[in-house]
Amino acid sequence: MNEHKIKYLMLAPFLILFVMFYIVPVLSSIALSFTYYNMLQPPRWIGLANYRVLFLEDDIFLIALKNTFAFAIVTGPLSYFLSFFFAWVINNLRFSNAFALAFYAPSITSSVALAVVWTYIFSADRYGLINKVLIDYGMIDRPIIWLANPNYMLYVVMFVSLWMSMGAGFLVFLAGLRNVPADLYEAGDIDGIRNKFQQMWLITLPMMKPQLLFGAVMAIVASFAVFDIAVALTGMPSANYAAHTIVAHLYDYAFIRFELGYASAISVVLFLLTFTLGRISMRIFSSKDE
Amino acid sequence: MHAISEQIFKPISRAAYLFHRRWIKGITIGKILLYVFMIGLVFFTAAPIIFVTSTAFKPLDELFLYPPRFFVMKPTLKNFSDLLIATDSSLVPFTRYLFNSVFTTVAVVFFSVVVCSMGAFIISKYKLPGMGFIFAVVISTLMFPPQVTSIPTYFVVSNLAILNTYWALILPKLAVPYNLFLVKQFMDQIPDQTLEAARVDGANEWTMFWKIVMPFVKPAWMTVVIFSFIATWNDFASPLIYTTSETMKTLPLAMLGVSNGTVGRMGAAAAGAFVTVAPSIILFILMQRQVMDTMSHSGIKS
Repeated sequence: MNEHKIKYLMLAPFLILFVMFYIVPVLSSIALSFTYYNMLQPPRWIGLANYRVLFLEDDIFLIALKNTFAFAIVTGPLSYFLSFFFAWVINNLRFSNAFALAFYAPSITSSVALAVVWTYIFSADRYGLINKVLIDYGMIDRPIIWLANPNYMLYVVMFVSLWMSMGAGFLVFLAGLRNVPADLYEAGDIDGIRNKFQQMWLITLPMMKPQLLFGAVMAIVASFAVFDIAVALTGMPSANYAAHTIVAHLYDYAFIRFELGYASAISVVLFLLTFTLGRISMRIFSSKDE
Repeated sequence: MHAISEQIFKPISRAAYLFHRRWIKGITIGKILLYVFMIGLVFFTAAPIIFVTSTAFKPLDELFLYPPRFFVMKPTLKNFSDLLIATDSSLVPFTRYLFNSVFTTVAVVFFSVVVCSMGAFIISKYKLPGMGFIFAVVISTLMFPPQVTSIPTYFVVSNLAILNTYWALILPKLAVPYNLFLVKQFMDQIPDQTLEAARVDGANEWTMFWKIVMPFVKPAWMTVVIFSFIATWNDFASPLIYTTSETMKTLPLAMLGVSNGTVGRMGAAAAGAFVTVAPSIILFILMQRQVMDTMSHSGIKS
């Protein structure tokens, strides 16, 4: 024990902070989801009542769930494939580092700071960039209220976050592509690989499995956790809850209404959703190995 | 005479040949179109950032020009002084937000690198009992959106009695599973013999960590520097939740206040956005090579 003392001491800071800010919160979140708790009175055990209300009575949660799924189904795979595709194209170009910077830049900038730009681009009056272009070319005759009209809001949020999501996934893919040994491609040419797509399917993709999995997990988590860009663009709550997401709902109950038991139930649902999808993608990417 | 002309012309023709081989050979219409397309796309992805930069330097008459211009004609620093004045009229000067952001970011970056690297070193190199389990738990927490645990984390922070202090903005961000994972993947590549040799020379784990391991995995912790810088600098959720007093707020929160203000603040808002965005981009350009080296090791081996 004594000879290991220094090792345990070095591991201790991480372990203590990790347990304090990751493990304890996850476990207590699960426990709180079975209670009624408003921060003033002690938690009261109410069993599955929170979950029943959540799925059977809370219409706004169902809207949030629908929006989040719509959002995740569109932006998740789209940003995943686009970032892979552009990583592949850029990897074959000259000055690939400069191109990589330009693609990575949106995701390192603060969504709140850039909301200034997006509110200008999607501004509701004639000065807004998109309205101006559409009016000048005669496609519309009155400005469209992009950020307050329930018909457009979710699409605007999707578009902006797609633009911002070419981030970590793109970088991982680019590095993964650079990591594939060149002699594998030569061997492939000898073995009769005819075109780039065959090469990609038979050599590149199998070699990049760890990076592909990593990117998939990141994309799933990011697309289900969309919140701050939606709030910065459309406000909280958005008109008719048209851009309301699960995390926005969670935030509403936790930090505005202080119904923490109910909010915990929302967070457990989100937690199960991303965890299941994460496991599924781990299964998909590892089963091809054997 | 012949020898001299040989000496002059041979290098020139060689240079011309190399230039041709490197830059001109293999250029086709398709390739030119591809480059044109990609440059257009790059302009699209970078446009809002260029627009913020250009707007931040626009004088008042250009801000309200109709039709609006993309690029600034007569650059001015007036928006930056406006930003200072606009935020001075409220309770706290703009510089206070700036200080809060810089202070918490530097503290998080430094301690996160140290804490996560030490943990990664022990998990990677020593098969102590329970290490496998700990690492499996760390990996599975990678999959949780951080918002899931925001309520209980709030209780932890409040029970530690550190609400409304810098501790609340720093402590929860130090032990990041993603950082530990990234650094550990690199440390796995350090040959055991290197550490064995150091042990024979009488070094203990502490000295090995600082003298051998940290220099070896420099690209990995440089990447952690960038990621935790970006995550902390841009974060507006945790100051919003853990602090209530205006003196503790950070730049992104202050920006929300400025951009929600009147239309007259457009210039000041763009200046604030510029101040918020510029440091991340500069840091990324400086460290891009290190990041690219690291990312290829970060895939999850399942």
